[in-house]
Amino acid sequence: MSSMENQQPVAGNEGAVKPALSFLFFGKLSEVGIGDKIFRAVTGFFAFLILLLAVLTFVALFINSIPSIKAIGWKFLVSSEWDPIRQVFGAVPYVYGTLVSSFIALVIAVPLGLGIALFLTELAPMHLRAPVAFVVDILAAIPSVVYGLWGMFVLAPIMARYINPVMAKLIGAPFFVNTSIGLSFFSAGVILSIMILPTIISISRDVFEAVPNVYRESAKALGATDWETIQLSVLKSSKPGVVGAIMLGLGRALGETMAVTMVIGNNPQVTANLLAPGHSMAAVIANEFTEATGDVYLAALSEIGLLLMVITFFLNVGAHLLVWFTTRNYGRN
Amino acid sequence: MLNFDYQTRRSFTNKMMVFLCGFSAFLAFIPLASLLIYVVSQGLKDFNIGFFTHLPTAVGMPDGGMANAIVGTLQLIVISSLVGLPVGIFAGVYLSEFGKKSKFAWFVRFVADVLSGVPSIVTGIVAYTLIVKPMGHFSAIAGGVALGFMMIPIVTRTTEELVKLVPHSLREASWALGIPEWKTILSIIMRTAKNGILTGVLLSIARVAGETAPLLFTSFNNQFWAGPNEPTASLTVQIFTYAVSPFADWRAQAWTGALVLLLVVLTINIFAKMFFKDARSALR
Amino acid sequence: MIDEVMEKSKKMEKTKMESTHHKGEAVKVEVPRQEVDPNAPNKKIKMKIEGVCAWFGQKQALFDVNMNVNEKEVTAIIGPSGCGKSTLIRTFNRMHETVPGSRFAGDIMLEDTSIFDPRIDPVVVRRRIGMVFQKPTPFPTLSIYENVVVGLRLNGIHDKKTLDMIAEKSLRKAALWDEVKDNLQKPGGALSGGQQQRLCIARALAVELEVLLMDEPCSALDPISTSKVEELIHELRENYTIIIVTHNMQQAARVSQKTAFMLNGKLIEYDATDKVFTNPGNKLTEDYITGRFG
Repeated sequence: MSSMENQQPVAGNEGAVKPALSFLFFGKLSEVGIGDKIFRAVTGFFAFLILLLAVLTFVALFINSIPSIKAIGWKFLVSSEWDPIRQVFGAVPYVYGTLVSSFIALVIAVPLGLGIALFLTELAPMHLRAPVAFVVDILAAIPSVVYGLWGMFVLAPIMARYINPVMAKLIGAPFFVNTSIGLSFFSAGVILSIMILPTIISISRDVFEAVPNVYRESAKALGATDWETIQLSVLKSSKPGVVGAIMLGLGRALGETMAVTMVIGNNPQVTANLLAPGHSMAAVIANEFTEATGDVYLAALSEIGLLLMVITFFLNVGAHLLVWFTTRNYGRN
Repeated sequence: MLNFDYQTRRSFTNKMMVFLCGFSAFLAFIPLASLLIYVVSQGLKDFNIGFFTHLPTAVGMPDGGMANAIVGTLQLIVISSLVGLPVGIFAGVYLSEFGKKSKFAWFVRFVADVLSGVPSIVTGIVAYTLIVKPMGHFSAIAGGVALGFMMIPIVTRTTEELVKLVPHSLREASWALGIPEWKTILSIIMRTAKNGILTGVLLSIARVAGETAPLLFTSFNNQFWAGPNEPTASLTVQIFTYAVSPFADWRAQAWTGALVLLLVVLTINIFAKMFFKDARSALR
Repeated sequence: MIDEVMEKSKKMEKTKMESTHHKGEAVKVEVPRQEVDPNAPNKKIKMKIEGVCAWFGQKQALFDVNMNVNEKEVTAIIGPSGCGKSTLIRTFNRMHETVPGSRFAGDIMLEDTSIFDPRIDPVVVRRRIGMVFQKPTPFPTLSIYENVVVGLRLNGIHDKKTLDMIAEKSLRKAALWDEVKDNLQKPGGALSGGQQQRLCIARALAVELEVLLMDEPCSALDPISTSKVEELIHELRENYTIIIVTHNMQQAARVSQKTAFMLNGKLIEYDATDKVFTNPGNKLTEDYITGRFG
């Protein structure tokens, strides 16, 4: 591995400068310049590898998807039939499941996340901020397979027994028709909302904290209440950054695999009923990749991965540009 | 000029919104508490020495453990560190030392941020295409490479942020001694930022230790001990396999596996936080 | 256009001359003629500061400050940096308590009511006692017009005619109307620093203001903008009570009728401005205004 070889000069230079080797470090001026150039080139190469990795990701997915792109073409994106035996593959139910469960996650997590971020940066008394931030940190650290385990055995039964009937009564058809199963789009959305909460909180927190304190004070000095102060000085100017935070949360939800696989029910169908079991793009890859027989089947799964990659890639590009733009806005004044 | 009803409504809105913000913090605490309680109470049932020393057993056979999965996870962490850390650390150093105004650095930084949002399952497909396909079989190496890819953006950005914090005076002092820049960076700046770099390393390890999706079709799974070039069990894949199985004793083991995994991940996170605090107080 | 430039350069010259003049003669600060006799007996007391102490965490920042502020006068608070003058002015509209970990003791009366009365919402206090900060802070996403009327909108006034009227009145009072009347929809951040600061003053004046607190309002401004803001302070004195914190003794001498000198969190001397600068009653004050420390 080339990275190992490149590490050698590092190891060699640690420790005290030995007189015998001092020419290496205090050599003639020209040699010093060369050392700097080499170092810059080597580290720059590693930085370049990051770009290469991004390109590689797209290329690998694309090459892997070629058989399916050739065999199925555009129908892949509009058909909802998925039959490995007849070699017919349509991504619609998976795309639908991913979008629906992620949308539910946003509906729950955006107000909660923004509320918590405001609580952390603006409202909470000092002694409460550290514990709340700690809770958020732990939520972020829990592995998704553990969320999935909890979702399967704790959340899903609770949803089936208590929450689904209530939702069916409160909102009803066509979106909430009680099915008495806990595994559903809705359960997947709920567990996703918990998982993307830390992302939304931490990014919007950064965005809120970038607002200089004088703006809050000016609002207060005008006689604004705490909430009006937030509206005037914080929310208005951090709108793009908050949108970025939401997009990053959405990106995380779209790509989340294990927890969704374990609670969505793995039934590829397009239905308005959110309490019915569904499927998702990431989940179908996780479930069927190792069992996929035949080039087209494997390629179809790759193509779903490519689709997922393209969606999350653009989402992330947009989100990072927005966050970058917002947090740098104040720096110029 | 002032409308009394309006003022009452105003103060009510304020109190309401402040309450709602606090209440959402409370709401977020409920699933966390429930999850921790379940993982601990269910996980403790099978939490014994055998779990750490025995291989998995068939359904219905007692005394099964996840010894090979625990070692497998360690193996994967080592391989992923070999892949991810050198690239991440040196790219981070490049960005902080040479990348203040260059467009190339801005672009690398941006791509690294975007890469950290790539779904892990997609990274799994990439590693599958690059390693499993040519080699013709699943292996710990393939899994480690997938995890290593995921580490790169995390390590790069944390290294950059923390190396940047090293005071400029230190660099100047080193240059004043006639030490060339590359030597200054390697021996003085990186040593000063050691704890900060370690924070990034630990955070990335904690993150990949809990990953399941990219391992499903790279390192796969194994009921026995395995070398780096063979299909290898990991804690996360084992938890998943057991959780979705229909057997009660396997499910019970999944909870114990989740407890062990959670303990490992949270401990690494706490260490990372400690190093981070150290690093920041030392540098500021 | 040319006239404007000429005028600007003249003013610049003037300010330059003034500042060099003062530098060369730091011992004695020239006090401009006073149009109002500060010791006139008919002056009404607007604010009474009674035994004010303040802490940040364990650190005490103010020690038992007592002073009376006269209505429709400019009161300057001077002192070396870190002496507690900003902290003091921030207790006058209960901004001090918005800093986490801060504590306060004592009382402040606005006319006959205590602003610390538990029945009084600090929000209401801040509507009567406005504040302008060191850095101009127009809300960056709001237009010039919206920045002026934002305080009114908060108070539930949404009638377009009323808002337009008050906006014009406030901008005129802040001597900004002529410069911005054609660009009211432009963002507030597009103005120059001095204009931004006058916009902030207009914003404060738009609500039913009685006392205007100014925390180093000119320290981020160039000399021309500074002289404009100082002129404005002279005009506003007709209708408002003004308290200004400044580290610039010349400025205090130029704009104020009464001056308070603070050191290490204590009020050392508080008297008519000409008295403080020409015949200080305290040795510490004398040391400070003659430039022996700070």
